[in-house]
Amino acid sequence: MPEVTTPALELMSVTKSFGSFLAVDDLDLTIPAGSFFALLGPSGCGKTTTLRMVAGLEQPTSGTVCIGGRDVTGDRAHRRPVNTVFQSYALFPHLTIADNVAFGLRRRRQHDVDAKVKEALDLVELGHLGERKPTQLSGGQAQRVALARAIVNRPELLLLDEPLGALDLKLRRQMQLELKRIQTEVGLTFVHVTHDQEEAMTMADTVAVMNKGKIEQMGPPEELYSRPHTAFVANFLGQSNLAPGQVVGREGDLLLVTVGGATVKVPVDRAVATTGSVLVGVRPEKIGLLIEGQEPSPNHNVVGPGIVTDVSFTGVSTQYQVEVEHLGTFGVFSQNLLGGATVTLGTKVRLAWSQEFTFGLDGDQDAAEGAADLDAEP
Amino acid sequence: MSATTGPVVRGTVPTARRRSWHLGDALIPVLAALAFIYLLVPIVYTVAFSFNDAGKSNLVWRGFTWKNWQNPCGAPQVCEAFRNSLSVGVVATLIATVIGTLLALALARFAFRGRPAVNLLVFLPMSTPEVVLGAALLAQFLSLRVQLGFWTVVAAHVMFCISFVVVTVKARVAGLDPALEEAAADLYASPFQAFWRVTFPLLLPGIAAAALLSFSLSFDDFIITNFNSGSFTTFPKFVYVSATRGIPPQANVIGSFMFVAALAIVLVAQLVSHARGKRRAG
Amino acid sequence: MSLLAGLGAGGGGPAPKERARGAGHRWLLAPGLVYLTVFFIVPVGALLATSLYVPVPGGELGQYQPALHWQNYVDALSQFWPQLVRSFVFAAIATLACLAIGYPMAYVIAVRARGRSLLQGLLLVLVIAPFFTSFILRTIAWKQILADEGPVVAALRFVHLLPPDGRLTATAFAVVCGLTYNFLPFMVLPVYASLERLDPRMLEAGADLYASPVTTFRTVTWPLSLPGVVGGTLLVFIPAAGDYVNSSLLGNNTNTAMIGQVIDARFFKVLDYPTASALSVVLMAAILLLVAGYVRRAGTEDLL
Repeated sequence: MPEVTTPALELMSVTKSFGSFLAVDDLDLTIPAGSFFALLGPSGCGKTTTLRMVAGLEQPTSGTVCIGGRDVTGDRAHRRPVNTVFQSYALFPHLTIADNVAFGLRRRRQHDVDAKVKEALDLVELGHLGERKPTQLSGGQAQRVALARAIVNRPELLLLDEPLGALDLKLRRQMQLELKRIQTEVGLTFVHVTHDQEEAMTMADTVAVMNKGKIEQMGPPEELYSRPHTAFVANFLGQSNLAPGQVVGREGDLLLVTVGGATVKVPVDRAVATTGSVLVGVRPEKIGLLIEGQEPSPNHNVVGPGIVTDVSFTGVSTQYQVEVEHLGTFGVFSQNLLGGATVTLGTKVRLAWSQEFTFGLDGDQDAAEGAADLDAEP
Repeated sequence: MSATTGPVVRGTVPTARRRSWHLGDALIPVLAALAFIYLLVPIVYTVAFSFNDAGKSNLVWRGFTWKNWQNPCGAPQVCEAFRNSLSVGVVATLIATVIGTLLALALARFAFRGRPAVNLLVFLPMSTPEVVLGAALLAQFLSLRVQLGFWTVVAAHVMFCISFVVVTVKARVAGLDPALEEAAADLYASPFQAFWRVTFPLLLPGIAAAALLSFSLSFDDFIITNFNSGSFTTFPKFVYVSATRGIPPQANVIGSFMFVAALAIVLVAQLVSHARGKRRAG
Repeated sequence: MSLLAGLGAGGGGPAPKERARGAGHRWLLAPGLVYLTVFFIVPVGALLATSLYVPVPGGELGQYQPALHWQNYVDALSQFWPQLVRSFVFAAIATLACLAIGYPMAYVIAVRARGRSLLQGLLLVLVIAPFFTSFILRTIAWKQILADEGPVVAALRFVHLLPPDGRLTATAFAVVCGLTYNFLPFMVLPVYASLERLDPRMLEAGADLYASPVTTFRTVTWPLSLPGVVGGTLLVFIPAAGDYVNSSLLGNNTNTAMIGQVIDARFFKVLDYPTASALSVVLMAAILLLVAGYVRRAGTEDLL
């Protein structure tokens, strides 16, 4: 790096407890200026509490919050150079759209309020609705007004608390692109809290996956996806097949691991643990199905045989469930390059994937942690 | 509705269901209409007898006249009592609304030790019969040798109005999204500015409703007033006291006037908000 | 109209989250707490004290001195228990009557008139506006409408529903009617407030799940309106039990007298402050016990 810039946000050993419940546990976090940062995690993981501590709506039990290099831990919300897009939008129902957007500017006695409001509303393409009241807006419009109301103040940090949660899927996709465009256009630092992994990966330069008050892993979305460090990240960010195994040796840059009856090879630089019991992981779309008589390509790991127990056609791909003895169920996504399903229910298949897509995790954890659970809260 | 779109099975069950719908459809509005008539009969009577060409007592119909309406203060004391009621109502409402709104904010916005006790303290005056409240205050005023009059009545009215204000405003505060105040703070509003620019305007309809309620309770109160007023006379007390010798028709004029005025004010407010709602929808 | 929602006496809403910062709430609480202490707690204390006073020996009528004369309660109760019991019986009947009459009114305003905001507004105003015609005036209007020489008595005598010398005023029936009439809006408004919040889709869901209208009412509408019903019954029962305007204007002073009348007379006519205070304390305690038990049974403690 040619020069050291001041990070937009620095959290140092921030802890927040509510009674005996530890919501945020000794968190350290640095967010560089100008980035689009996503804080991703299931509900109750502490991400919203973290956001609220940054905004000044919640006081940390201990630790330091620095914004733009300045310690703001003791400052209350209205003294922090931070603005929030609230989950419920929290538009003031008694004020017009224009007055809502002007609210922050007026509190800080800025000049050219009208021009700035117009500019902000134009940015979110709602310049024509300034005189309306919030009750007269659709969900997507309200969301954009909330964004304009925050952006117009040019904060050092813009916080977004599940801002797209209330929108329907199609609108959400559209707003994801829109948010990304606006962030690039205004160049502000965005901190985006969400439980939607797809949303986080689509928009953010850097994603931090949070679980139980701690950050499990942080990095660019591609890296998090291809090299997860914990079972939680592997399962929460997309889907993973995780099988327990034992490291039995080493072959150059590859670890030899016995899984079920088979031996698979894991690149050493993609393994968190290199000895003892491990979890061997592979993403479902990396796996190919081998029917009787088909042989794997070289440098491929192979497990099985197993029985196809479910086939579902989803348009672009077909999803299979394969039950492998001693190892459990594997999910396999196969692109429908040539049409629909290539294997039928009940077929005996083997599973094969390239060694380079294999990752190894510490075997001392629950392989299902972070996986979708019907009984869990969304 | 299920009766028309519902079961595939044709036969007795759906038919019976449909019939009972119609019965209920007609029966409930009829019952309600009778109840409204019950509610309005004495008011119609009161209004009618405000036009009675009454002699000494206003008990028997003696013919139509405008003269009671032309000279509503014609009977001794009636207008003074009315003025007294209005001033007690206004002063008590102002005080009770301010105190009650502050209490409601504290109860709805803060979690503090002793909150249940404060809730109970607010609830108790509402669940104490007026005769007890009146007697208790009188016992106190007597033992402190306080001169009974305008201010003792105001003090008593404020006391029982506070609880109703708290309940009304608290419901409004509870219905307010707490994120709105946070948004104000997030947008650089100090706590005072956040209250003044966001919370207060949003609470205003609730506060206005509480004030209206206070005023109507105060204006209509008789029992507590009777205990704590000494020789000071309010309108209800005037009517009660003169009931034995016959109520002058001017009292009916004032009662009718208040009814019509209340009706008009609320209806105009309704029409305005209705029109505004229409414009907004359009 | 939040006036009505407020009268719903419920409206407690969820308990606030832990967001108290500093001691701001103390300044909000202080005026109200001081006021209610000075003008409610202390007077009730004074009432308790007075209820134990004894006459000054050799003093004039109405002169008492502090004492702990518990016998006052025994004397007061043994002399006036019929009026006390009658007050509760009358109040209970009036409360039930208010519920029977007021529920259909509230239902029509809240459910049937839904979406027609002008009609809804008009009906609500008709419920509230009587407050502004003094309730004494309205009670006296009833007295004259039901008077012996009035049209109602004449008509009832004509169709032999009333014997030739039968009358309506100065009867227990008239007193209960007066109580019902005067406190009816206090039932209608809270019930309206809770029915108004009722989602009509729930009624459709009830019908969709094979419930007849009657069953839908019994299993969906009624339970959901319960907070309003509980609030309404309290708002009617409490003032009705302590009322004396109706019993003194519409009753006959012997077998319709209610406890409020006795307290008033003891205070102002006989200057017997200890007995009046003792009866007030008993009335207040009895009502609080009833209310507490009722609220607990109704399972709506958050109402408070």
